[in-house]
Amino acid sequence: MLAKRIIPCLDVKDGRVVKGISFVNLRDAGDPVECAKAYSNAGADELVFLDITATIEARKTMIDLASRVAKEVFIPYTVGGGISSLDDARALLEAGAEKISINTAAVRNERLITDISKAFGNQAVVVAIDALRRENGWEVFISAGTEPTGLDVIKWAKKVEKLGAGEILLTSIDADGHQTGYDIELTAAVCDAVSIPVIASGGAGSPEDIYRVLTEGKADAALAASIFHYGKYTIGQVKEYLHKKGVCVRR
Amino acid sequence: MIAIVDYGLGNLKSILYALERLGQEAIITSSREEISSANGIILPGVGAFRRGMENLNKANLTSVLKESVKAGKPILGICLGMQLLFTRSSEHGKSSGLNIIPGRVEKFGAGLKVPHMGWNQIHKTRPSSLLAGIPEGAFFYFAHSYYPIPADAGVSVGVSEYGGQFASAVEVGRVFATQFHPERSGNLGLHVLENFCKICRKS
Repeated sequence: MLAKRIIPCLDVKDGRVVKGISFVNLRDAGDPVECAKAYSNAGADELVFLDITATIEARKTMIDLASRVAKEVFIPYTVGGGISSLDDARALLEAGAEKISINTAAVRNERLITDISKAFGNQAVVVAIDALRRENGWEVFISAGTEPTGLDVIKWAKKVEKLGAGEILLTSIDADGHQTGYDIELTAAVCDAVSIPVIASGGAGSPEDIYRVLTEGKADAALAASIFHYGKYTIGQVKEYLHKKGVCVRR
Repeated sequence: MIAIVDYGLGNLKSILYALERLGQEAIITSSREEISSANGIILPGVGAFRRGMENLNKANLTSVLKESVKAGKPILGICLGMQLLFTRSSEHGKSSGLNIIPGRVEKFGAGLKVPHMGWNQIHKTRPSSLLAGIPEGAFFYFAHSYYPIPADAGVSVGVSEYGGQFASAVEVGRVFATQFHPERSGNLGLHVLENFCKICRKS
């Protein structure tokens, strides 16, 4: 049976892992390669590295990071943040990343989704969608959650699937960093709208939050950062909890 | 020496690093000579079937692959590399494959999330040198939208469940293939690659 995935997210700034509360107030939490190895050994199914610096210099840092991780860690990992061209994507995928994630660039240049998908297959293309709750649904935000786009999240999710995305990384801006649970309604709405896998992100505070988003929320994978980074729960504890509740996980 | 075939689609470095981790000498190459002189061949690949065959043809590599198999050199196809070993695929109309393993490649049916992405279980169907030491029901990492249907179901050594059963690992003589990515499947994936390296060292 296909297992639900648990994915720690490592926000990277200037080559170091950090995690903010609702995209601000950064704290330093270690070396990305060491974190990746530790999480792989702890049973993480996948990893996501998000470069939150996203400057030209940071590009090279991320390619170097992708290559260093590939030599040490033999589970899939996604690299995102600041990717704005096919060449950016190619450099990371050729360095050893399994997938790349695009967000702002996908909104500004929809063809990029198709171009990367055609060159590397849709399984290599994750489109990250940052969603903010509005009166009637959710709005897509770009530029690390700072810039509204006027796009409806559900419509955008359907569109990126058509354009060649192989997976959606869906973050609730409202829930992110608060550790009070994922936006279940948002996640279920997107999962119902598309037939590509959806990774739920933003708000994980307990194993039960993860259980809920994988069942009620219908997500294929749950992404979390703080609860793992600061040792509140181990991946093993979360998987044990999910297994006891009847969710198929890799143990 | 194991030759990792470079035909412009893949996912090559992760395989190279995995082999290096196992202490296995390997090269990423598109040279017919290097492929011919290697002890074993890995045919990797991600993306579209037709493009894969076009690239192999353009690089003038189809004949060296077929000849190597005929000569009994071990080959391991991974993901798209597995699918290319079959006779044909329904991807983008109809495309011909290497026809090393009789059978076809089809898209997963409607109602399923596609790509089939993530960790799925391998159920062993018969003794196999590729899956030696792998526990029944172990999880491996998959990322694909098409799956192979061997003409002879007996070539499968492992099957997986996704809207029905499909062949996720095959073994015919010295032709091996996995629909999953051993290089992305943690320690058990490395174990599968190690099994293949042992087979290559013996030949």
